[in-house]
Amino acid sequence: MAYREKETVKVLAQECLADGIFSMWMETEAAKTARPGQFISMYTNDAGKLLPRPISICETDGKEKLRVVYRVTGEGTGTEQFSRMKAGDTLDIIAPLGNGFPLGRAKGRRVFLMGGGIGVPPILELAKQMECKEKQIIVGYRNGQTFLREEFEQNGTLYISTEDGSVGTKGNVMDAVRGNGLRGDIIYACGPAPMLRAIKEFAGDNHMECYISLEERMACGIGACLGCVCQSKEKDPHSNVKNKRICKDGPVFLATEVEI
Amino acid sequence: MSTEKKIGCAAENTVDMRVNIAGIEWKNPVTTASGTFGSGAEFSEFLDLGRLGAVTTKGVANVPWAGNPTPRVAEVCGGMMNAVGLQNPGIDLFCERDIPFLRQYDTKIIVNVCGRSEKDYCEVAERLSEEDVDMLEINISCPNVKEGGIAFGQDPKAAESITKAVKRYAKQPVIMKLSPNVTSISEMAKAVEAGGADAVSLINTLTGMKIDIHRRRFVLANKTGGVSGPAIHPIAVRMVYEAAHAVKLPVIGMGGIFSTQDAIEMILAGADAVSVGTANFHNPAVTAEIAEGIESYMRTYGFTRVSDMVGLVE
Repeated sequence: MAYREKETVKVLAQECLADGIFSMWMETEAAKTARPGQFISMYTNDAGKLLPRPISICETDGKEKLRVVYRVTGEGTGTEQFSRMKAGDTLDIIAPLGNGFPLGRAKGRRVFLMGGGIGVPPILELAKQMECKEKQIIVGYRNGQTFLREEFEQNGTLYISTEDGSVGTKGNVMDAVRGNGLRGDIIYACGPAPMLRAIKEFAGDNHMECYISLEERMACGIGACLGCVCQSKEKDPHSNVKNKRICKDGPVFLATEVEI
Repeated sequence: MSTEKKIGCAAENTVDMRVNIAGIEWKNPVTTASGTFGSGAEFSEFLDLGRLGAVTTKGVANVPWAGNPTPRVAEVCGGMMNAVGLQNPGIDLFCERDIPFLRQYDTKIIVNVCGRSEKDYCEVAERLSEEDVDMLEINISCPNVKEGGIAFGQDPKAAESITKAVKRYAKQPVIMKLSPNVTSISEMAKAVEAGGADAVSLINTLTGMKIDIHRRRFVLANKTGGVSGPAIHPIAVRMVYEAAHAVKLPVIGMGGIFSTQDAIEMILAGADAVSVGTANFHNPAVTAEIAEGIESYMRTYGFTRVSDMVGLVE
């Protein structure tokens, strides 16, 4: 039996896309199997930082290259250490992890692909792979630093919201949906909890199927430690309580399955 | 025979990795620290569980527990904190699903038992007496639940009394898991020995606190959490040494073991076996690697049996 293992991978390129937002391409076996909405556990090379950082997958070439776009969360953090790595450097990862977005549900339907803040990057690979009737990408940023914008424009109809109103609709992604009078049948979303709550409510009001990607502080990333649970509507068969593991049962959930 | 003399014959040396813990023979001295390994299913994708002396499961109670609110985990320098709060599926589902799963592997099964009251612990011990498991580990040292847990593990009288109570119902050998959040670990070890424990394991996590200075809030929803990882290893080694000198019982040593060296240190301090916990999150295959590392250390220094190394520090 072949066992999964921690893989040492090579950094292929690193680029700063916006203030505190970095893009890293790496060479990994995981690129072959990674699906949109899955994440990878990235380990620092710092002996004092033992836990992996769960980072969503932004792009994969399906062969050997995988891209993450991530936010540096502060001074002296693991993500800051990642941001200093250069082409040729190596790091350890476990990948891919979690369940991706259910792509098949989009077939023949009008789709909203929604991302906010650091929830924007996983929407890119999803947009690239999605086959649907109408692909409406709605992404929200703080300001005019609209990272990944060109890539999104090539993969669907793009609507942008910015908190300061410098680009697109002023406000958040829901303001962009309403401001543009968008209509759809199914939503795929990733972003901060308040955004996901608003999207879940909108989906409910408009009878749209809705999948959301959640995040939480994780330790193991593989479903063993029960650090990253969310509340589920019904009793979960694995936990036997109303808790689901975001890393293993998610991070993507049907919005009506979880309490957020 | 002195250690120096043994070094000479290292290469031809046959190494016997088996250890006997309270009458149960493990194939090697390495198990998993409760709560870091689930019931093994997730880690079985990363290693053959049959390479471990035993798998110690996450704590299980008489009924399902939902655990604490999130965030439940945080990183600290050289370790982590958790306040999961003993979320568990309850003994019924555990017996139906987790025991048969673990029985597929050639390893011993140690079931960690948690409870809010003496009755809870006894109910689980009684239920497990009919099940195909090898040992029970009684968690009287969890710092993250309001009732039960550590309440039994900080007072020698309460610890002795809960040990006696569980022993009345348990058919398998009982390991009492001790808390480091006490003034004298020796007193606690003696108390559970007096209560009839078959072995002790230590240390559980140390109670800690972490504050987010930007939001001026506690990082963990529970405010406090248990600190684990290499940061606590020297404390664990000291406590294992003290406990091993205080009682005649077998000692399972744990606390921040990240490498073979850490495990050997624990054994030299007096541990008959070791548990690996937080390191599993850094490297899912680390337990099996440590078991192999111990064997290689024994070859290098000419030890034949694990028990020859126990408490050998001078």
